[in-house]
Amino acid sequence: MELKKLKARLSTAVRGHKLLKDKSDEMVRRFTVLLREDKRLRDEVEGDLAAALKQFALAGALTPPYVQEAAFSMPAANVEADCGTESVMGVDVPKITLTQTTSAALPYAFSEITSEADGSVKMVSALLPKLLRLAEIEKAVRLLSYEIERNKRRVNALEYVMIPQLEETIKFIRDKLDENERAAIVRLMKVKSPAQSS
Amino acid sequence: MQGKMAVVGSAETITVFKAAGVDAFPVSDEKSARETLRRVARDYPVVFLSEEYAEPLHDLLKRFDEEAYPVVLPIPTGRETGYGEAFLKASMERALGVDILFQK
Repeated sequence: MELKKLKARLSTAVRGHKLLKDKSDEMVRRFTVLLREDKRLRDEVEGDLAAALKQFALAGALTPPYVQEAAFSMPAANVEADCGTESVMGVDVPKITLTQTTSAALPYAFSEITSEADGSVKMVSALLPKLLRLAEIEKAVRLLSYEIERNKRRVNALEYVMIPQLEETIKFIRDKLDENERAAIVRLMKVKSPAQSS
Repeated sequence: MQGKMAVVGSAETITVFKAAGVDAFPVSDEKSARETLRRVARDYPVVFLSEEYAEPLHDLLKRFDEEAYPVVLPIPTGRETGYGEAFLKASMERALGVDILFQK
């Protein structure tokens, strides 16, 4: 009875192990794809953003801070992020789409602000979709990395603990049963043999 | 889910984001950054955090890693700290055990 139960458990464990292993492989594959994209995008954004900020700093040097403060207190564009989630191998990762409604005119008088500032504001506006994509990917990378780690632990637990233990117990029970059977046969032979010889 | 974006950082770097339509929250030191980030992360699904404040707030950032939202992205602001890369590297090593991008 117990043997039968254990055998069922073993087969479930083996099947689960195989499935989890496949899942792990696929997750790692996706992870590396995302990771490469993340790296590429980050390098790109880092360069662009540094340029935009440098330009803005230049503009700031030409305009007194309070003028700038006043000029930029009204946003030029209205940006909304549409936030959903997407499932990557059972992990919910963010999926962000940007709705950007840029008003054509910048919200300040041109006499107040230098053209460098205009340029940098435009650059940052143009950068926003990329930044969001980066945010999305980076989060996905992080969530996936945790999930991969957890999954790896499960796979290892099954492979090196659960399955060997079950196999050992099954072997033990089977040996015992075999032993009992042999004992029974020998006993029968012993019982029968004097009757035959006489 | 609709949401706005926020940026947290020192005043001079985030003004330009404000003009681009992102809500800006100026902070001046680590303590105010921590408080602001905590408050902002509750209301905004997407938060950009300037990298210079990301490093001291590492423990807080890690807590955001358990859910899909809020997304907090450390952005480089010229004063490079390499924090973004380090963060990326950490998750890569956690998942794969090896470094496949930044071999130097």
